[in-house]
Amino acid sequence: MVDKIPILKMGKFLLLSIQVDMHDQLAMDLQEDLTHQIVLHRSKGVLIDISSLDIVDSFIGRMLSHIAHVSRILDAKIIVVGMQPAVAITLVELGLSLDGIATALNVEKGMRRLEQMVEDDLSLELESGEDRDFSAEAGD
Amino acid sequence: MSVPVIAELLKKHESELLQEWIASQRAAGIRTDLIDEGTVLNNSRELLKLLSIAALGGIDDLGSAEWKPVRNMIEALSRTQSRQGFSPSETATFVFSLKEPLFAKIQANCADPASEMLKASQLLDKLGLYSMESYMTGRESVIREQQESMLELSTPVVELWKGVLAIPLIGSLDSNRTQIVMEALLEKIVQTESEIAIIDITGVPTVDTMVAQHLLKTVTAAKLMGARCIISGIRPQIAATIVHLGVELGDVITKSSLADAFSVALKELDIRLVKGSLR
Amino acid sequence: MGKTEIFPLKQETDIVIVRQRVRKAAEAVRLGLVSQTKIVTAASEIARNALIYGGGGECVIEETTKDGRGAVRLVISDQGEGIANLDRAMVDGYTSGSGMGLGLGGAKRLVDQFAIESQPGQGTRIELWKWR
Repeated sequence: MVDKIPILKMGKFLLLSIQVDMHDQLAMDLQEDLTHQIVLHRSKGVLIDISSLDIVDSFIGRMLSHIAHVSRILDAKIIVVGMQPAVAITLVELGLSLDGIATALNVEKGMRRLEQMVEDDLSLELESGEDRDFSAEAGD
Repeated sequence: MSVPVIAELLKKHESELLQEWIASQRAAGIRTDLIDEGTVLNNSRELLKLLSIAALGGIDDLGSAEWKPVRNMIEALSRTQSRQGFSPSETATFVFSLKEPLFAKIQANCADPASEMLKASQLLDKLGLYSMESYMTGRESVIREQQESMLELSTPVVELWKGVLAIPLIGSLDSNRTQIVMEALLEKIVQTESEIAIIDITGVPTVDTMVAQHLLKTVTAAKLMGARCIISGIRPQIAATIVHLGVELGDVITKSSLADAFSVALKELDIRLVKGSLR
Repeated sequence: MGKTEIFPLKQETDIVIVRQRVRKAAEAVRLGLVSQTKIVTAASEIARNALIYGGGGECVIEETTKDGRGAVRLVISDQGEGIANLDRAMVDGYTSGSGMGLGLGGAKRLVDQFAIESQPGQGTRIELWKWR
């Protein structure tokens, strides 16, 4: 069994691709590891690729929400990419809508979106206003 | 409990019964275009063997474990035949045509043929009915599969522009159809990497709570995947229904026509259309 | 047809095994991809409950039929404290632990048939069905 999900650093972003069926402890470890890395590298954004996951249950959903909250506090944007249709339908039926988490269809679009979010954030730094929901906005 | 007379007969005259059974099936007509005689022979031999074993434990309760192999075989055969295009009577004939040879054996070998014949008749009738039931279940599953593939065909997902999908829904929506259609839409979003999908319901006369909820769930699911949906063509009555039903549309974008939705989509993608003559 | 297997739920990694075996069973009875995902997710939710709140138990996975359609039947049981107020436990948002409280109600929406038996002190037994 895999005992760690690798987190890649790419410039000011962190990249991670979950490709195994995670048991709960592995998810908890990932959550901790990621927080640590965000602080360590002063990352501006995190991209999480879940295209290989064939289910997301409430535990993983909660982990994603938690990561999003922590990232926000640490001033890093987060985007979840590649959720499979069957997984999305199931999550909605389960009652989880992962509010406040930006999403994109694939890594490429997600990366572009993330860059845009960070840029927007820099240019808007002095303006006040509500948190905008960036999910699923056109990327190009 | 003594061994039933029929069980003894089946065992003792197995090969004769087989020949006569085949003959009686042949007389009733074998669909040689659908099945070859070798298979018929094998099936008959197999079933006869299973029957003679099962009958040892009594012939009253066909639901018992002893009869399971017989039931399984009849079920498998009847289901296959319903798929292969046999008629119900052709399928039933397989079991019923065993009556004649079996009755002849009872007549020739029993002291009290009338009561044994009654028992044998009841047994074969039950098996015949079971065969019919299995045939029908097989037929139903064929129909269900066809319905499903029809549903998939009936609503094509089309690409209006690179990155813009549309699904024009026409006719009444039940929750089953909505579900299938919506799954197809989400699949297509992944395939074409489309960020915007327009669900056009101009051709939908009414929407009930379930359907409205399915639509909304699809919008939410698409959002989780990284795409957004626009619902267009909501008729006044449907708008009223949605409000009346108390379905919360949330932050779903709605547009009155497909054309409006399309121009919103292009705007989102930052695409501007320019008339050639203006140059 | 009619294959039945029993898996223990003693540690977290058992949940992963149950998910994988439920997926296999769902494929074997030819459930569609969405239905497969739903029953696997429901199994994951309920199995985790049995482990965390029920102190462990077991999961029976059966490949069967329902009215002639291929079906998966799961029975997940534990010998834990049981659930005192079933109605309340089925409501979204209710939780006695650290979960988000979507477990029971959410899992119920994912399957075609859901039955729960529980008495305080007697453990909990949940039966889930998903068919084609």
